[in-house]
Amino acid sequence: MLDASQDGYITEDGRRIGGVVMEMKNITLRFGGVVAIKDISFDIREGEIRAIIGPNGAGKSSMLNVISGFYVPQEGEIWFRGERRPPMKPYEVARQGIARTFQNIALFEGMSVLDNVMTGRLTHMKSGLFQQALWKGKAEEEEVANREVVEHIIDFLEIQHIRKTPVARLPYGLKKRVELARALAAEPKLLLLDEPMAGMNVEEKEDMSRFILDVNDEFGTTIALIEHDMGVVMDLSDRVVVMDYGKKIGDGTPDEVRNNQEVIDAYLGVSHD
Amino acid sequence: MPEQLIFSIEVFLNGLMAGVLYSLVALGFVLIYKASGIFNYAQGVMALFAAMTLVGIMDGQVPFSHLINATFGTDVHHFGWQLPALLSILLTAGVMVLLAWAVHHFVMRHLVGQEPIILFMATIGLAYFLEGFADLMWGSEIKTLDVGLPQGLNETIDEVTYNIFGYGFFIDNLDIVATVIAALLVVALVLFSQYTKHGRAMRAVADDHQAALSVGINLDFIWVMVWSVAGFVALVAGIIWGAKSGVQFSLSLIALKALPVLMLGGFTSIPGAIVGGLIIGVGEKLFEFWVGPLVGGATENWFAYVLALIFLVFRPQGLFGEKIIERV
Repeated sequence: MLDASQDGYITEDGRRIGGVVMEMKNITLRFGGVVAIKDISFDIREGEIRAIIGPNGAGKSSMLNVISGFYVPQEGEIWFRGERRPPMKPYEVARQGIARTFQNIALFEGMSVLDNVMTGRLTHMKSGLFQQALWKGKAEEEEVANREVVEHIIDFLEIQHIRKTPVARLPYGLKKRVELARALAAEPKLLLLDEPMAGMNVEEKEDMSRFILDVNDEFGTTIALIEHDMGVVMDLSDRVVVMDYGKKIGDGTPDEVRNNQEVIDAYLGVSHD
Repeated sequence: MPEQLIFSIEVFLNGLMAGVLYSLVALGFVLIYKASGIFNYAQGVMALFAAMTLVGIMDGQVPFSHLINATFGTDVHHFGWQLPALLSILLTAGVMVLLAWAVHHFVMRHLVGQEPIILFMATIGLAYFLEGFADLMWGSEIKTLDVGLPQGLNETIDEVTYNIFGYGFFIDNLDIVATVIAALLVVALVLFSQYTKHGRAMRAVADDHQAALSVGINLDFIWVMVWSVAGFVALVAGIIWGAKSGVQFSLSLIALKALPVLMLGGFTSIPGAIVGGLIIGVGEKLFEFWVGPLVGGATENWFAYVLALIFLVFRPQGLFGEKIIERV
């Protein structure tokens, strides 16, 4: 069913998936003696929704942190947009066009929703410190142009009514959406979502799923996400990587993964004798 | 109008002016505290260092001349030039940026993520180091600083008040200038932090490091920037204080006065630093005027601390600080 060529493939619902944007080759990550990720390879294609799933402690979050530069793997290569990526600091990765959200929400609590989303535009603002300090010419133009993009995203994610509210006052579900808005504001080439539905009720989960699909559809954003909830993942994603104890035990379409014996064992448990 | 009341008004105005200087020093504390959670004990010494460097550059003093002379048996002390004030101020600002970089690069960078008390201890060390370093670099004698700020009695105010009250107020021109400069500085800082990219990044870093990294903010750059801004504020405070009472080591003690100011205004609030400084300035002058004679004077030495203590009991977050809510 999958077309393995660089040109991508067509999904069941007719979306066109492009070439490989990010490729992880033989990634190994250790913390002291503990091996969090063991020799894992997979790729992410342009325009696709790619999920990484697995039981608790499988190394999913570690993998996301490797992609976003928070962890540097001991072995393996990371290829992004056709170039091998040298070890980088997280902010450098962000500047390359990889935006992310966090499992435990990392927003700027003291700032308003609008200001939070505006920080997502930082990588697109080029005016220097002195121009900024003097608030001249380019700095002002930039602020206005970026503001437009941000307002569009705020509309899109339906958070207009809380634009000026300090983030600390928002309920959990809305915070998650603001975090998504901030990541989206960067117009990322790759968007990483760390458990976007964790801790949500059914209604909030449905909303979030819809937004993820809409974002992918409307902006053509490539999305890689980690999720616990199998049901949600299978509905959302085009392809799924399954991890268990730091190893990759499955990779393919949701249907393929669902019928993979190793995956079933990992999730349901299997007697070792 | 009763004489006592007229005197009180004059004391009040003088207190406001003195308060401006406290505010300036407190402002430097707030900036660093907000952006990095570090209580920078060295802020006062930074003001001293800035003032000494400014005098040294203006008068063309050879840095480390004592050390050089002792080592090589030479006798150098001055380059023999006198630089214009504005140029010297710019050069000193440059030195403060270098200092900010060095502080971050050699000290703070290695302590990221440590307990606040450890960071605080590091700044105490920094304060002592910087004091010794300034001494070694520029010598320990008291210097006069004259950057051309107007000084002495403001005759207009004297005349106007004389016509109204029959008694001319003594307001120092330097205090008026200091007030104007401080006001401009505060407005500039608030605009910068609220409406610019780097200001927003600064607030973001103060709020959440991880999130800041994830939107592409270089933490090292922001921290150096914040220390530079604090260094610049220290320079302004150093210039005004130095012009008022000479550049001497007691300058570094004004840092201690900033402490009660911060307790009053809150550690995280720029307006708080300003209002806190003014309240302390006015409070201690009025207290000295009204109560001082009854208790044998010298109340200015302790008034601020007692006021801070009262605040600690009844409103520990200060007037403008973020409310402390413990979740259980």
